[in-house]
Amino acid sequence: MIDDKDSTNDLIVDDHHDDGVDRRGFLKCMAWAGAGALYVMQGGVLKSYAMGASGRSDIPAGELSFVQISDSHMGFNKAANTDVVGTLKTAVDKINALSIAPELILHTGDISHLSKPEEFDTVDQVLKGAVAKDVFYVPGEHDVLNDDGKQYLERYGKVANGSGWYSFDKKGVHFIGLVNVMNLKPGGLGSLGPDQLEWLEHDVKHRKASTPIVVFAHMPLWSVYPEWGWGTEDSAQALSYLKKFGSVTVLNGHIHQLMQKVEGNVTFHTAASTAFPQPQPGKADSPGPMVVPAGELRGLLGITDVNFVQGRHALAIVDSSLK
Amino acid sequence: MRKGIQRAGRIAAIALASTLVIGGSANLLVQADAATPVTAEVKIDNFSFGPVSLTVAPGTKVTWTNRDDIPHTVVADDKTFKSKVLDTDETFSYTFDKPGTYPYFCSIHPHMTGQIVVK
Repeated sequence: MIDDKDSTNDLIVDDHHDDGVDRRGFLKCMAWAGAGALYVMQGGVLKSYAMGASGRSDIPAGELSFVQISDSHMGFNKAANTDVVGTLKTAVDKINALSIAPELILHTGDISHLSKPEEFDTVDQVLKGAVAKDVFYVPGEHDVLNDDGKQYLERYGKVANGSGWYSFDKKGVHFIGLVNVMNLKPGGLGSLGPDQLEWLEHDVKHRKASTPIVVFAHMPLWSVYPEWGWGTEDSAQALSYLKKFGSVTVLNGHIHQLMQKVEGNVTFHTAASTAFPQPQPGKADSPGPMVVPAGELRGLLGITDVNFVQGRHALAIVDSSLK
Repeated sequence: MRKGIQRAGRIAAIALASTLVIGGSANLLVQADAATPVTAEVKIDNFSFGPVSLTVAPGTKVTWTNRDDIPHTVVADDKTFKSKVLDTDETFSYTFDKPGTYPYFCSIHPHMTGQIVVK
């Protein structure tokens, strides 16, 4: 149950679009991810279970399990977290301790803080310790500073299109990595741009509607809080290409906190950062790094574990804090 | 705490300048003004430019200082001027010679916008 007084620990559900999900009912059965929260989507209906400290033994093992990490901000060294290497290592420990070994890792951007080569090197080095060897990236705005993403593409985007978008298939699931942090316009939000949208339309056009789709990008592909730039201006166009699919999961980072929204057959899920927390929308003067009392930081950082069960249209999403 | 120290330092500098003005003769002051380039400042704090709109005379050198824990940029909408990424406490300066209105934004956080009016 959500405790309103414990505001820093709430999961937030944005329901300002009428998506048929009763907010109160939804919040009721949500548990704070510090203890772990499990979401199973079946035919577009999300079921949630509170997770005990014992983990996820009641969750059926699926055909595919993967992990999302985000916003490592390697190189950040301010009061909000003076040891981002340490918290990233803890995230890797969490990944390695999962009862079902994940097959791959999705990193949803802000790998680095200042796009410095040594920052990328450190993340590469730490992630080498993870059981899952395949890591797929999309860039955050911090990864494409000063050089329009040239360095990022040389490191991570060798097989990507344009500014870094690509897709791949794994055990029946179609993964699509999108880039929404390039060529940002004054006053605007994140942006995909016409070239990428055209590519996306073509990429999914001839796929079967029963193919589970996992989209991952750095900035939210839904309107979380435009006043802080938390959204993507042309995301509706992108999502229109995915309407025919029965199971679409959209993962993002950028806002350094857990949030979930269900709209039709699309589940939007934002991951926690491994570096530092940011405030809830509108609850501070700015979206800047949030300094929390000593001992609380790791409870606000975390990883997301996703388990796909073939044939059941089920995608289980479990958030674990680094505590 | 760090910001507090910076602000105290700035206040001390203003106090020192005031002392010089009071202590100097009128003639010296005029000469000093003529020799000193005209400057103005914009601070970047809490993901916003302050002041959001700044009016200056032609020839004014405007300096932006990033006081956030997150890097920002200063980029003219028409790309007339463009800073490198400014980490905490780093600055960028640009001298505005011609009258006009110069809207700009942070290319990393595009909801951050501001303008310099030169007249």
